[in-house]
Amino acid sequence: MVPVTFFLALGAVLFCIGLYGVLTRRHLVVVLVCIELMLNSVNINLVAFSSIGPFANITGQVFSLFIFTVAAAEAAVGLAILIALYRNRESIDVIKQDIMRW
Amino acid sequence: MLQNAWLIPVFPLIAFIILLLFGRFLKDKSSYVGIAALALSFIFSLLVLMERIGGETYGFTVNWLTTGDRTISAGYEVTALNVMMLFVVAAVSLLVHIFSREYMHEDNRIHVFYSYLALFSFSMLGLVLSPNLLQLFIFWELVGLSSFLLVGFWYFKPEAAAAAKKAFLVTRIGDVGLLIGLILLFNATGSLEYSAVFSAIEAGAATNTMLTVIAVLIFLGAVGKSAQFPLHVWLPDAMEGPTPVSALIHAATMVAAGVYLVGVMYPVFLASSTAMLIVAWVGAITAFIAATIALVNTDIKRILAYSTISQLGFMMLALGTGGYVAGLFHLMTHAFFKALLFLGAGSVIFALHHRQDIRNMGGLWNRMKITSVTFLIGTLAIAGAPPLAGFWSKEVILAAVLEGGGIVLFLIAAVTAFMTAFYMFRLFFRVFTGEFKGEHEPVENKKFMTVPLVALAVFAVVAGFVNTPFAAGLEGFLTEGLNVGEQAHGTIWLAGLSVLLAAGGFGLAWAMYYKGTVAQDFFTSKAPGVHKLLLNKYYLDEIYQAAFARPTVAAGKFLAEVDRRVIDGIVLVAARSVERSGQVIRKQHNGQLQTYGLVTIIGGLAVIALAFVLRGYFG
Repeated sequence: MVPVTFFLALGAVLFCIGLYGVLTRRHLVVVLVCIELMLNSVNINLVAFSSIGPFANITGQVFSLFIFTVAAAEAAVGLAILIALYRNRESIDVIKQDIMRW
Repeated sequence: MLQNAWLIPVFPLIAFIILLLFGRFLKDKSSYVGIAALALSFIFSLLVLMERIGGETYGFTVNWLTTGDRTISAGYEVTALNVMMLFVVAAVSLLVHIFSREYMHEDNRIHVFYSYLALFSFSMLGLVLSPNLLQLFIFWELVGLSSFLLVGFWYFKPEAAAAAKKAFLVTRIGDVGLLIGLILLFNATGSLEYSAVFSAIEAGAATNTMLTVIAVLIFLGAVGKSAQFPLHVWLPDAMEGPTPVSALIHAATMVAAGVYLVGVMYPVFLASSTAMLIVAWVGAITAFIAATIALVNTDIKRILAYSTISQLGFMMLALGTGGYVAGLFHLMTHAFFKALLFLGAGSVIFALHHRQDIRNMGGLWNRMKITSVTFLIGTLAIAGAPPLAGFWSKEVILAAVLEGGGIVLFLIAAVTAFMTAFYMFRLFFRVFTGEFKGEHEPVENKKFMTVPLVALAVFAVVAGFVNTPFAAGLEGFLTEGLNVGEQAHGTIWLAGLSVLLAAGGFGLAWAMYYKGTVAQDFFTSKAPGVHKLLLNKYYLDEIYQAAFARPTVAAGKFLAEVDRRVIDGIVLVAARSVERSGQVIRKQHNGQLQTYGLVTIIGGLAVIALAFVLRGYFG
């Protein structure tokens, strides 16, 4: 039996990688992918607690399904915004998207 | 009729409002509005005077303000002193209104002039009807305002504008003293009603020192308004105003308000011998120095102005030495003959096309008969020639000074009386006798100007008969029901001395300026230093300029600099530092989403770490 801390550690590592990606990558698509990674690290936590947590029940799995759905919708909307952005500014470099200042 | 006394100041007020609203359309018809209003006031005050003689004091008050358990009321009061003042003010004001019609008719702002005159008449009549000190103070400031407006009536002349400013500022010094005095008095006695104040003081509501302080502060207000030394410097400059204004405000009525104030508050002064002494000495010094300056001045109006200051000093001297009736009697007679002299001077100035230097005048006796004769009557009255008004009032003043003031004050008064006769006849001979020294032949002025002169000349002759040693009517009238001490009376030898002084002054002036038996520079060549000192009015203007005006301006400039550099500097430092820090922090707000995210994460982690450390979650 793998202890629950392993899953939590995996989730934390994935989350940090995702966060690092969001904060450092210049390509907006990669940033979006990293956000997906962070969402999925949360999913791992939910599923782990759902199956081997101290109060194991089905709620966690149901919750992770919701997150999939939301992540899919978010990816769709996010990509659509990216395309619109690219059409308007001919760039999806994060550094260059700085018009919302002062 | 006494119940309707409140209408007396209301007529000029209505005239003021009418002229303010419609003056531009009435133009020179404005004068009729003013004359009509003052005629009504005069008739009413005459009726009130006749009813009050032998009648009772009438008062009407309503509660105005209540502060804690103290009440301030408003209303009006008809006492003996009030009706005398009412009559004098209304009479002189009416005559000046009539006179001004001709004098000012060439001025296209005549409606403004008449509206100011009406405002002044309203304020002055309101002042004398006031039953309490607060109301008096309000009207006191109003007459000061109208004086300011009228002195500066020709504001486009720089001297007139400066004189108006000077008059306002110098009298303000006295008014501040008066206001402080009133506050102290209210604090001590709990009331500002004359009668309540007097009974509280009689009951010992204030200590002796306190009473002296209050009396001196109130007297300071009178010093400012009545142009007493050392605040007299504004009155000669106030002659820049139109001459009828000088006659009404700066000779007959407003400047007498200070004397009236001392008269009204007489019980307070009587309660403090120190205050009485101060009043007497200030009056004596004023009378003396103003008379000496008048000896050498050459401007017809300024001579009269210094004469006014000197006579007001006389009144103060009389009041300060216990001559309550003497001071107020002289106030009344002086109002008539000094208004007469000023209007006569106005008539001369008008005929000579606004020339005022007596060295360039002369020989008007045959050319302006009415002006000359009435001016001579005024001169005789002020010099104290029997049986004109000035003789009777000056005699009781000398008697009061001798009895209550001692020999030194009496000598000052006697010398001043001599000088008065001398400088007035010097003026008279210079202006009306000798060779005429002008190009345009002057002619007698029209009826609007001569009728007031004649009326005032009649007053100057008869006004003295209300209080003679044979029938002291005014004394009984004024002192009835008042505790103002025993009044001194003239004696035969005092009357003789008084006539002798007047005759001596006349004789010397006659010898110097008419006959020429004494050279005109007989005295000036012997004491050129004194002459120069007098010509420069004891250098008081220069001293004040150096001692007060310039340091004040310098302090003002210094403080302005402090304000600009230090205060503004501090404000600027605060503003700039905010701006600078904004500039620095703005740079952090660069629109980089990832920077924001990083900062947010670090911040969140810091908060969590802090919570763990503080709450001890690690332990």
